[in-house]
Amino acid sequence: MSAGEAKSIVIVGAGQAAAQAVQSLRQGGYTGRITLIGDEPSLPYQRPPLSKAYMKGEFDEERLYFKPSAWYEDQKIEVMLGTHVPRIDRAKQQVQLGHGGHVDYDYLILATGSRPRPLPVPGADLDGLHDLRTLADVERMRPKMIAGRRIVIIGAGYIGLEAAAVARQMDLDVTVIEMAPRVLARVTSPVISEFYAAEHARQGVKILTGITLSHLEGAQGKVAAAILGDGTRLPADIVLSGIGILPNEELARDAGIACSNGILVDRDARTSDPHVFAAGDCAARPLVHYGRSGRLESVHNAIEQGKLAAAAILGQPRPAEDCPWFWSDQYDLKLQIAGLSQGYDTHVIRGDPASRKFAVFYLKNGTLIAVDSVNSPPEFLASKKLIMSGAKLAPASLSDTSTPMKDIAAQAAA
Amino acid sequence: MAKITFISHDGTERTLEAKNGMSVMEVAVNNSVPGIDADCGGACACATCHVYVDPAFLAKAGEQQEMEKSMLDFAENVKPNSRLSCQIKVTDELDGLRITTPESQH
Repeated sequence: MSAGEAKSIVIVGAGQAAAQAVQSLRQGGYTGRITLIGDEPSLPYQRPPLSKAYMKGEFDEERLYFKPSAWYEDQKIEVMLGTHVPRIDRAKQQVQLGHGGHVDYDYLILATGSRPRPLPVPGADLDGLHDLRTLADVERMRPKMIAGRRIVIIGAGYIGLEAAAVARQMDLDVTVIEMAPRVLARVTSPVISEFYAAEHARQGVKILTGITLSHLEGAQGKVAAAILGDGTRLPADIVLSGIGILPNEELARDAGIACSNGILVDRDARTSDPHVFAAGDCAARPLVHYGRSGRLESVHNAIEQGKLAAAAILGQPRPAEDCPWFWSDQYDLKLQIAGLSQGYDTHVIRGDPASRKFAVFYLKNGTLIAVDSVNSPPEFLASKKLIMSGAKLAPASLSDTSTPMKDIAAQAAA
Repeated sequence: MAKITFISHDGTERTLEAKNGMSVMEVAVNNSVPGIDADCGGACACATCHVYVDPAFLAKAGEQQEMEKSMLDFAENVKPNSRLSCQIKVTDELDGLRITTPESQH
């Protein structure tokens, strides 16, 4: 069968990539059968607010949904929620269902996402230890988020720091512990790390870096304290683990599809099986602006790969591949990130961090590869385009705040 | 509650009932109004929900925050009545609002 003649498309997973793929298939004119299979009980929903506004209880669950339930009926999408997929049979082109039965596919999109990396210490089975990935995780945690209670957060990545900000705003006593010598060590430069560590300290969060977690101590099966590598005992009512995620690649791997820290896909999100695609957190993709492959854990990536998979299945032109972008909300700080800074040789600060409005540009051999912008959308938006065009920029021009970002971008493009 | 009419770049009109407190972006996305991407889901992080507001309603649509202004500065085909629809909250005052969506957000 050639692309564009599919009669049944199955999507396993019901997160951002899945929701996008379904929409793009219908927008692209596909009128055949679509089956969306998710293991959570909710319709596809946005995860970013879980560690931000939604955690604070600022709005209802329905507002997290990408589309209301009526849309799925209207578009004739067969939605199977709370449904586990134990196995796919590539020879028969069938997806097995956990409760029995199967669904036939002409094309399959694996949008299985990722899961929190389990905390590898004794006591990780105690009640009171939480992850932050799903709506159910928030529902379990939120009733315990009471002013004055003590929360210990393991890991100072984006999830850990966003949760720390929310917990402080809810007036909890917050301690964050991080194994690396600085916060956000895996994803950003020391300049940004220092700025965020100082901001959290100013807000009353205790941040301990360069220290390991030894184990969790319990009392009557409930977590009571986090014990650190140096013996320090941190009493805790709640412990939140935010030490990264693992791609859900087992379904693909067990079916003999090539995986290596993620399901390997080409630029069209196609796996080693031409009838199987993978999109979102679970997929390791070519990073075309960087000449390497990797997994991206982001909204942009999920949306883009959902579109790429749908277009390839329908035999339509490949949608544009944007420069990777991310954001993080903490307190009144909006961090917008364009590009991937790994491997930079020069960084340039534009603006004054003390003003809470500044950006850090990252260059490699004179080419702009990434920016972290704090409360500075122009630096973020201009850089997205500059990174995609492979622009060379002089550090002195980037740090000159008397020239608007728009003009710097225009000059670089000329 | 407010009735909001969305006009696509090709002139197609759709009038929708909007609940107070929702954003104009959410009303559009929930009803699959074409021309709005809203990739970030309303976090004012991506500038892909750019719309044109009926000039008569500009004041009622609320004050623009600094973040939104600087994001819009980088959108395509910006006009004096440009707004990011995720930053407009539905109120009774917006009843009868007419919103024009661009052909594309890029």
